[in-house]
Amino acid sequence: MHIFDILNETYSALSANKVRSGLTMLGIVIGISSVIAMLAIGQGAQSSIQSSIQSIGSNLVLVTPGVQRGPGAFVSAGRGSAKSLTIADSDAIKAQISSIKNMAPEVSGRYQVTARGQNTNTQVVGTIPDYQNVRNVQVAEGSFVSTQNVQGGSKVAVLGPTTRDDLFGVGAEAIGQTIRIKQVDFKVVGVTVAKGGSGFGSQDDMIFIPISAAQRYLSGDQYVTTISVSAQDANSTTQVQQDITSLLLDRHHIKDPNSPDFSTLNQADIASAASSITQIFTILLGSVAGISLVVGGIGIMNMMLTTVTERTREIGLRKAIGAKRRDISLQFLMEAIALTFFGGFLGVILGWLVSFVITYFGILQTQVSLFSVVLAFGVSAAIGIIFGYYPARRAAALNPIDALRYE
Amino acid sequence: MIEIKDIIKTYTTGDIKFDALKGVSFKIEDGEFVAIMGPSGSGKSTLMHILGALDTPTSGSYYLDGQDVSSLSEDALADIRRDHIGFVFQSFNLLPRTTVLRNVMLPLVYDQVPSEERIKRSEEALKAAGLDEAHFSHLSNQLSGGQIQRVAIARALVNNPSLILADEPTGNLDTKTGEIVLGTFQRLNEEQGKTIILITHELDVAEHADRIILIRDGEMVSDSKQHEKKIINLNSGGKA
Repeated sequence: MHIFDILNETYSALSANKVRSGLTMLGIVIGISSVIAMLAIGQGAQSSIQSSIQSIGSNLVLVTPGVQRGPGAFVSAGRGSAKSLTIADSDAIKAQISSIKNMAPEVSGRYQVTARGQNTNTQVVGTIPDYQNVRNVQVAEGSFVSTQNVQGGSKVAVLGPTTRDDLFGVGAEAIGQTIRIKQVDFKVVGVTVAKGGSGFGSQDDMIFIPISAAQRYLSGDQYVTTISVSAQDANSTTQVQQDITSLLLDRHHIKDPNSPDFSTLNQADIASAASSITQIFTILLGSVAGISLVVGGIGIMNMMLTTVTERTREIGLRKAIGAKRRDISLQFLMEAIALTFFGGFLGVILGWLVSFVITYFGILQTQVSLFSVVLAFGVSAAIGIIFGYYPARRAAALNPIDALRYE
Repeated sequence: MIEIKDIIKTYTTGDIKFDALKGVSFKIEDGEFVAIMGPSGSGKSTLMHILGALDTPTSGSYYLDGQDVSSLSEDALADIRRDHIGFVFQSFNLLPRTTVLRNVMLPLVYDQVPSEERIKRSEEALKAAGLDEAHFSHLSNQLSGGQIQRVAIARALVNNPSLILADEPTGNLDTKTGEIVLGTFQRLNEEQGKTIILITHELDVAEHADRIILIRDGEMVSDSKQHEKKIINLNSGGKA
């Protein structure tokens, strides 16, 4: 039997019972489209989380103070609350540790900020010009905190775009205006570029001031709250983290490395933890979708078994006029494969549409990968063969005499 | 030419053995029109299955055109059926919702005949079976019983078989349509020299053949030439 004849038979058999073929195909359509959509959502979530981790800087090692404990007391004020890191520590890190690209200490805290009758509560970060390089901060208008500002303790401020919108109105001109933080007037000299805020606190709702001004007017002491260090490359972050730890242990005269008065955080660790979480989610979503695909495959098998029973006499006739086992099994296998193939094709389109809609409405930036499309097609063809094989074999094994007599 | 010798067919159900055929032998020459007659349970259906290469005998030999078919494999039997035998069934067995032409073509599809030749041969067969050309593109379920059986006869003819095996071809038809179908067989036998074996339990139907083989209880009871067979004149008969 020619392949063209088989396809012809397949077409007439499937179109003879359009509703049943359509419903059976729907099972595969739903299965394949959910696999595609779920994988796209998983990939989208992964890249969204990765990009928000990358937006806080690249190859970053963060040094924060440890837990503050009163002498002999067991009351903890929480991590990062201790005053144990100083500008001197940060200078030492810069001077003594190799493979550092940039580093910036910061003194930050949340304050009520007012300007021309508007007010907001936001993160105020006192820092140095290198902060721009460490944390990927770009300036949209004006300039960032300069070295002169830091040396002179100038009362200047650079606003994040969200803060600017909150204080002066959306897109308003802020440069040259004055804002008031903790009863001290600061002059706005710049506005940063929006990073798109998600994940670890919005990077857009912030105010940057010189670190010297922050210590003098806001915190009132010589301590810093975070030292951000960017390593030269991704491979050296771990080494940098270890070097900083031993340097600071030494500087702080701490003999037991298990109870430091500071802690270090490696961006690569955060990224890999986040990526393993999203991977687990992708697998979870994918397997739920995979189950629906298997259910769709069982639907195909069910339909094919019904078809074989219904068409027993036809099978008998075909055998009587010279069809071999192979002709019969190919014919029925082809019907199952055609159902799954077209179901798979429609499923890919539907899955792609679903992820397009999710992206379009800004819920998540999804990515339909070629891999998932190929996977879906492969799986649907495999399901056709696996779930069509048994009914086809059953049809082929029918005895022509019994089949012709079948009522 | 067909020659069977000492055909025995035994069915075993559990411990019970049943001999459906107990050693049947006969010879049918090319161009004969033979009726195999017998009451139900006589073994004539079993004999027909063996003659039609749908089944193999438990013992004995069956030569069809000089080839021993009694011990062939399932797929080899399929080839024999495709190349040497045309079936006409009591219940027609046309594919539903399929055109007349495509139904007739079906054996050629399994013979991998090119598509143009298929159409040509199917149309010739339909004309030989006496179906109006107007019905060629109709769906099989739009035809009357007599027309359906003519399509089935055309399907049996299309592969140019050496043997046409008709199993109770008039069983589902009224007397008048049945006679037209029998007349068609007579005409094919006389005009085209087709070998036809007619399986029936009715003497009235069997009397249209040249020779009647009577089977009873798995054995051949008689084998007689009919000197005055019933002849159907299709031209005076009108159409089904």
